[in-house]
Amino acid sequence: MSFDAQTVQMLAVGTLETLYMIFASAVMAYVIGLPLGVILVVTDKDGIRPMPVVNQILGFIINILRSIPFIILLIMILPITRAIAGTTIGVNATVVPLVASAAPYIARMIESALKEVDAGVIEAAKSMGASTWQIIYKVLLPESVPVNLMGAAITVTTILGYTAMTGFTGGGGLGGIAVNYGYYRYETVIMLVSVVLLIVIVQIIQAAGVKLSRKCDKRIR
Amino acid sequence: MSERNTIIELSHLGKEFQGKDAKVRALRDINLKIEAGEIFGIIGLSGAGKSTLVRCINFLETPTEGDVIFDGRSLKSLTEKELREARRSMGMIFQQFNLLAQRNVLKNISFPLEIAGVPKKQALERAKELLEIVGLSDKARSYPSQLSGGQKQRVAIARALAGNPKVLLCDEATSALDPNTTNSILQLLKEINQKYGITIIIITHEMKVVEAVCDRVAIIDQSQIAECGPVSEVFHNPKSQIGRHFILGDALKEISFDNQLFYRIIFDGLEATEPVIAKMALACKFPVNIAYASTKRIGDKAVGQMVIQVPERDEDRQKVVRFLETERIPYEEVEGNEF
Ligand SMILES: Nc1ncnc2c1ncn2[C@@H]1O[C@H](COP(=O)(O)OP(=O)(O)OP(=O)(O)O)[C@@H](O)[C@H]1O
Ligand SMILES: [Mg+2]
Repeated sequence: MSFDAQTVQMLAVGTLETLYMIFASAVMAYVIGLPLGVILVVTDKDGIRPMPVVNQILGFIINILRSIPFIILLIMILPITRAIAGTTIGVNATVVPLVASAAPYIARMIESALKEVDAGVIEAAKSMGASTWQIIYKVLLPESVPVNLMGAAITVTTILGYTAMTGFTGGGGLGGIAVNYGYYRYETVIMLVSVVLLIVIVQIIQAAGVKLSRKCDKRIR
Repeated sequence: MSERNTIIELSHLGKEFQGKDAKVRALRDINLKIEAGEIFGIIGLSGAGKSTLVRCINFLETPTEGDVIFDGRSLKSLTEKELREARRSMGMIFQQFNLLAQRNVLKNISFPLEIAGVPKKQALERAKELLEIVGLSDKARSYPSQLSGGQKQRVAIARALAGNPKVLLCDEATSALDPNTTNSILQLLKEINQKYGITIIIITHEMKVVEAVCDRVAIIDQSQIAECGPVSEVFHNPKSQIGRHFILGDALKEISFDNQLFYRIIFDGLEATEPVIAKMALACKFPVNIAYASTKRIGDKAVGQMVIQVPERDEDRQKVVRFLETERIPYEEVEGNEF
């Protein structure tokens, strides 16, 4: 079995599009999700600056976003996507729902990572006169880097899974190829190759995340 | 000690926690004056309120009643920013060391300086200096996970000293360490106290920690101060039941009191032990049952303590008492059902 040059190029472009989508949306989702995760931890009733109302409202919004299945969210926010990206198809348009879905997910990931930071260490920082802000960027964030790297790998692979679904709404990338060829045209081979490529990307990202996390974790001797 | 200044005064300090379904009283009307340059012990059983007390001293926990006067300033009246600055004059060390796991030793020590806005280079210089003081210069680049408990506590001590504090608060600083390491950490604290004149407050549940380094001690029991005084005074003449409990220490484990009456006798010096026992046997002309005997160092003095069974016959008991009184050996009754 061999593909013609056109198919190979299509798969190559699809791969690049997929990588572009996951990294662009991961970066943007972190820009939104990271501060939200920090706010969740800081404003918690046992946090360093308890603000129950803020915490509950934010938690509620995040829960709602998290409970809508991605494929439905994708369709629901089409008007918003059009307003932001100017179109509802193509890779750029796909980034919008990906961010909308990944940001709350990241917020929860960050929240659970920061909550793992030893309360004693936070107390020690307080005893040295650290401000809330200093505790966040000098204690909470640096101490949770290894856990967050691991979380990032999981987040990115989750986003990758979502990009495949955007194939149904004209999202492009490997997911689009798999849907177009496998679902609409019954060209199973091309679909399988796209899927294998997706699997390879997941494996690489996951392995890289674990490796990076281990490498920078000073708790491991 | 009368010429010393009070550095910390706790006045009518109280703390009540709002627990899940009921209020929990952790501290009740605590009044203490801690003098500049002393090593002050606070001892109590688990749950007595020690950690709460020490955390109220630097307002990590805001007291619900009363105030802390630190270096002439009422902490209650400070703004949050002023409070953070005041905390920099009070170093704190913990049972679990609480080092930053992702920072190496040097950066852990420079951490409080970083927070205070000291330029990085200067902070690292100071950190190196402190590392030398605690005797760990060769571990500068190690991470906490690569250190033993004792080494971690030394790093924590260096870190607590970084900002030149006036006071060092130690919450069960040796409770996670073996006896030898405990001693070396206590000696280090004593050295720091003597060399730099830093006031040290030691929270512990072990009398031997108090005996080893403290000048004065307060005994906290069920949220209240049961008694307070110079360590040797409390040792010689504990006024409270909880005081006797701590003073007897190991003896409690070794004697089965069984509702009998015992005398606890105290005498000075290691060399006194044997003569006391021998003389007592001679004077009483009957074997006195020694339930427990030990000598310990309190500050720089050796002190012996012995627990003897009080003879049942009145006549014999008189003899023992007469002997103790002529020899001027302080004694007190200890009743089995006290414990
Ligand atoms: N945040 C809190 N909320 C409710 N109750 C608390 C809180 N912190 C402490 N307490 C209660 O206050 C009392 C004193 O606790 P504290 O930790 O000060 O005791 P401790 O003497 O340090 O004991 P240990 O030797 O076990 O450390 C306990 O009854 C404890 O349950
Ligand atoms: Mg405690």
